[in-house]
Amino acid sequence: MEKIAILIETRQGEIKPSLYGVITAAQDAEHELLALAFGADTARFADQLKPYGIHHLVTITAPSARSFSNPDNRARAIIRAMDHFDIRTLFALTSLAGKDLLPRIAARLDAPLVMDCLAVNLVDSTVEKPQFSEKTIATIRVTGHHRIFGIRPNMIEPKTMPVETETVVFNYQGTADDRLEVVETRQGKSGAIDLSEAEIIISGGRGMKNGENFQILQECAQVMGAAVGASRVAVDNGWVPHSMQVGQTGTTVCPKLYIACGISGSIQHFAGMKTAGTIVCINTDPDAAMMQQCDYGIAGDLFKIIPALTRQLKAHR
Amino acid sequence: MFDAALFYLRPHVIITDPMNIYVCVKHVPDSAATIRIVEPNQIDENITFLLNPYDENAVEAAVQLKADSDDTDVIAVTVGKPAAIDTLKSALAMGADRGIHVVTGYWPDSIVTARALQAAIIKDGLPDLILTGKAAIDSDGYQTQFRLAAALDIPVATHVGSIARNDNSVTVTCGLEAGGEQVIRMRMPCVIGTAKTLNTPRYPTLPDIIKARKKEIREVSIDHLAIEPPDSRMEIIALKSAVQKRRKQMIAGSIEESVTELIRRLKGEARIPLS
Ligand SMILES: Cc1cc2nc3c(=O)[nH]c(=O)nc-3n(C[C@H](O)[C@H](O)[C@H](O)COP(=O)(O)OP(=O)(O)OC[C@H]3O[C@@H](n4cnc5c(N)ncnc54)[C@H](O)[C@@H]3O)c2cc1C
Repeated sequence: MEKIAILIETRQGEIKPSLYGVITAAQDAEHELLALAFGADTARFADQLKPYGIHHLVTITAPSARSFSNPDNRARAIIRAMDHFDIRTLFALTSLAGKDLLPRIAARLDAPLVMDCLAVNLVDSTVEKPQFSEKTIATIRVTGHHRIFGIRPNMIEPKTMPVETETVVFNYQGTADDRLEVVETRQGKSGAIDLSEAEIIISGGRGMKNGENFQILQECAQVMGAAVGASRVAVDNGWVPHSMQVGQTGTTVCPKLYIACGISGSIQHFAGMKTAGTIVCINTDPDAAMMQQCDYGIAGDLFKIIPALTRQLKAHR
Repeated sequence: MFDAALFYLRPHVIITDPMNIYVCVKHVPDSAATIRIVEPNQIDENITFLLNPYDENAVEAAVQLKADSDDTDVIAVTVGKPAAIDTLKSALAMGADRGIHVVTGYWPDSIVTARALQAAIIKDGLPDLILTGKAAIDSDGYQTQFRLAAALDIPVATHVGSIARNDNSVTVTCGLEAGGEQVIRMRMPCVIGTAKTLNTPRYPTLPDIIKARKKEIREVSIDHLAIEPPDSRMEIIALKSAVQKRRKQMIAGSIEESVTELIRRLKGEARIPLS
């Protein structure tokens, strides 16, 4: 039985919800599934992973807990574990962390790697992934001793496939490359959901008029458990930070629901949210490009519509 | 072959010879271009191509580093079809000193691209710093910088939003999720993948563009670089247009009515778990 590994990603010590879809992408009755997680305290994940078909949970430990804050060290540890357990296929999230870790691993192994996969076919070793600003979907065949797949968050609906999960500890003894040193790590806003993995996103564009008005979106987001995004115009005007930008030169997102407020729907904005499950457009201009390519459109003033949405959602609770 | 020993014996602290900054740039379709699929796995390339937007930040950073120290050479390198020379010209107009074009008859995958970049760079000189965009907007692979660093056996950081140069090292900040940051110090030579937040790329002026015409561009065929053929491959076997089926329903009525109707449809037919 071939062994396939899934790299576990956590947020504030818990498995990220979008990770279960990655396991589903790797699920296959023919294969043995291993989950790789950093830190001794991850042994408690076994119960959460059992319903999704993980046979072995490998907790990767090191003499110093700090050593895994070094990205190069993380990559080396994964490679050692892959070697030790004879893992030749690796799955993970195409998150910000995945965009650093997966290519580090692939480069060292000289292995093929495709990021942002929408679907993976393990039998013929092909994947589907968007290219050219999400205007095309490419079928890519990977060839190599190893193969590595980054899965687009929220793309694959998690499916259960219960098995017994056994926990194994893998102690990584390697030393760090002293040519790359982590000076400091400043964690992002605690509790904040990263855009790339959010299930619901409400975004604002030029129609927001200024930075303070984004508070209207924040309030609505809080009620829905959503993250707040923005168009490049809102970022370039200094209203919100670049980490909130959705699009070609911002973050690519794939939420279940995307609400675009005062965003016209440029090609470059669509390049970042085209695979969203459901798109809602709120715009004063009924002819805006976003209106033409959305699921639900309301032609009207966002400054009236969003507060009403927040109010009604609150009332529903 | 590449002599690693020689590479590291170089005394990086005593900078008597010029500092060499290589900037790897890619020729990519304009994000606004209409993509037409002409063969099962080819697009019609009769569209506007540009210097990859993230690579613009890499060129800008190199040119700024050059402004800080007198003796710096900025060399733009591209791997691609003959038309990619235009992207080198854009980099030269932004202030790179000279260009190297590894000419191919096809668009290679990132495994081959990294090998070609490595071969072209070490054939040309000793890099102190290699800059490139964190991704190319055509293939969104996010990996060439890592493969290049592995081929040269030097450190790499990506998604870099600031660069500070020290004597023989650089300190960079890398973006983490939810607005977090990691500060990393890397010994030179090293590879940096640049993010949009790093700087605002300059627009070349007409005199810049004219001046750039005199700058040297060396062309070398990929076949002359004696690249070892890799065992691994990523091949595009088919392309299709991405069409998302959307409901395209307009919701009318008063503000309150239309919001009520929107919530009803989101929870109902769209099955969104609105808490
Ligand atoms: C290389 C490149 C990369 C780019 N990358 C990105 C990217 O990553 N992300 C991105 O977003 N853009 C990107 N762009 C920019 C893109 O082309 C557009 O300029 C941008 O997306 C437009 O932002 P917008 O929709 O907010 O503004 P506009 O196009 O000006 O649209 C504003 C909309 O708000 C509506 N509006 C105004 N007031 C109200 C109101 N009170 N209520 C409701 N609606 C209202 C208007 O009707 C209009 O439709 C990029 C461009 C290039 C060339």
